[in-house]
Amino acid sequence: MNLGEILVNLWETSGLYGLFGKLDWQSAVMIGIACVLLYLGIVKQYEPLLMVGIAFGILLTNIPFGDIYHPEFWGTDIDYLKVLHDGGLVDMLYMGVKLGIYPSLIFIGVGAMTDFGPLISNPKSLILGAAAQLGIFSAFLFAIVLGFTGPQAASIGIIGGADGPTAIWLTKTLAPELLAPIAIAAYSYMALIPMIQPPFMKLLTTRKERVIKMDQTRPVSKTEKICFPIIITIVTCLIIPSVTPLLGCLMFGNLLTECGVTKRLSSTVQNELMNIVTVFLSVSVGATAVGERFLSLETIYIVILGLAAFSLSTVGGLLIGKLMCLLSRGKINPLIGSAGVSAVPMAARVSQNVGAKYNPTNFLLMHAMGPNVAGVIGSAVAAGFLLAVFGR
Amino acid sequence: MSNLTNPTFGEAALIALLGIGFVFLVLAFLMVILLISAAIFQAIERKKAAKKAAAAPAPAAPEEKKAPLAKGSCGDLKLHDVPARDAAMVMAIVADELKTPLNELRFTSIKKAESEEAK
Repeated sequence: MNLGEILVNLWETSGLYGLFGKLDWQSAVMIGIACVLLYLGIVKQYEPLLMVGIAFGILLTNIPFGDIYHPEFWGTDIDYLKVLHDGGLVDMLYMGVKLGIYPSLIFIGVGAMTDFGPLISNPKSLILGAAAQLGIFSAFLFAIVLGFTGPQAASIGIIGGADGPTAIWLTKTLAPELLAPIAIAAYSYMALIPMIQPPFMKLLTTRKERVIKMDQTRPVSKTEKICFPIIITIVTCLIIPSVTPLLGCLMFGNLLTECGVTKRLSSTVQNELMNIVTVFLSVSVGATAVGERFLSLETIYIVILGLAAFSLSTVGGLLIGKLMCLLSRGKINPLIGSAGVSAVPMAARVSQNVGAKYNPTNFLLMHAMGPNVAGVIGSAVAAGFLLAVFGR
Repeated sequence: MSNLTNPTFGEAALIALLGIGFVFLVLAFLMVILLISAAIFQAIERKKAAKKAAAAPAPAAPEEKKAPLAKGSCGDLKLHDVPARDAAMVMAIVADELKTPLNELRFTSIKKAESEEAK
């Protein structure tokens, strides 16, 4: 037995050799980024349920010789047999992303947790939900100018929908190589909504508009709430079948809650299923952030374009909100327009907080929830459109 | 369109315009459908309510004579033989017990209960 040989072998198979012996600076930087994201998730609580998993996935995948994820397996022609035979843990989990299973399962949970009552009682909210998708298509255009391909630009644009599962669902099909930076940008900006939106809300509205008190909406019957997911699924999925996995699951989850006879299932999809899928999704998305791919100019562009997309979506919602205020002769507070981005319920809370700041007796939350849940449908429709254009 | 993978700026602008237009169109269509279905549901509800009203029994017996209202009753809250100060205290205690802010609770009436000893 040669002790020296054993020690050399031990050294050459260690991650430390990978980092320092082979001077893999990219992995070292990515481990640093993972630690920063863990700090943001744990200490600053930026979308912690996802951020902690994503950050830990980044950490795991960038440990040299960890062999937990193999980006080379996930090219254009995927050999699933090879993945099952030679893949690491994250390769197995990543199949759920690649096959579009996790975002759809998360949407079942989101649907079960969402009350569409404010939207049903005020269907005009759908227009605000549509207006707040402006950022998606503006960022798409900017991305084309910066040299991204059509499918990549579409995936970057969808960040403006402020909907993590939708962004992941579209990106895994159109531009899987950009999945990690897009998911991180989408969830980071969603956490930063209370900081991103208020300056635009103040800039684009007058004090007189901000203090508008809106009339209480009508009560919605149980029958209407049960029929809503069925009607939306039939109509929307018939128009854009490509959006069925997302919208169909969202509405299925909502039906489980509203029908009142599947309370156990509703509780499971809102809690256990949602939590399990969140763990798998976050770790596997984070693990796609392999240093040599992630550390590029493209990532910086994506971060900037994501911010532009969020901001322009807010602007789009506010401008149409102002128009609706004008047409309704001051009955609609334009601040609810910014809630058209689909970060539920954070964007609606921002509308409530800004409105209450100027008129403490003003309660905009329920009015803002209408555009907010309309935004979820709007971003899914936008994703369906982009998939129909670039996915074939 | 020549090449969707690498569209020119003009082609991309057209896709963006079509996209936002498409989203507006689909959501406006959904709005119309929701408005129509709301009208149908409300009409059904009204019919049901009218049927119930028609089938309702004869008017109920005249209401029991209520105790005179105490000083301090206002709005929806009726105080029966309870001073306003005591009522405020009761409401504060209830809010504290329920761990719910007072402005989220609705009190309709507060009535002094006769204790066993008093009887």
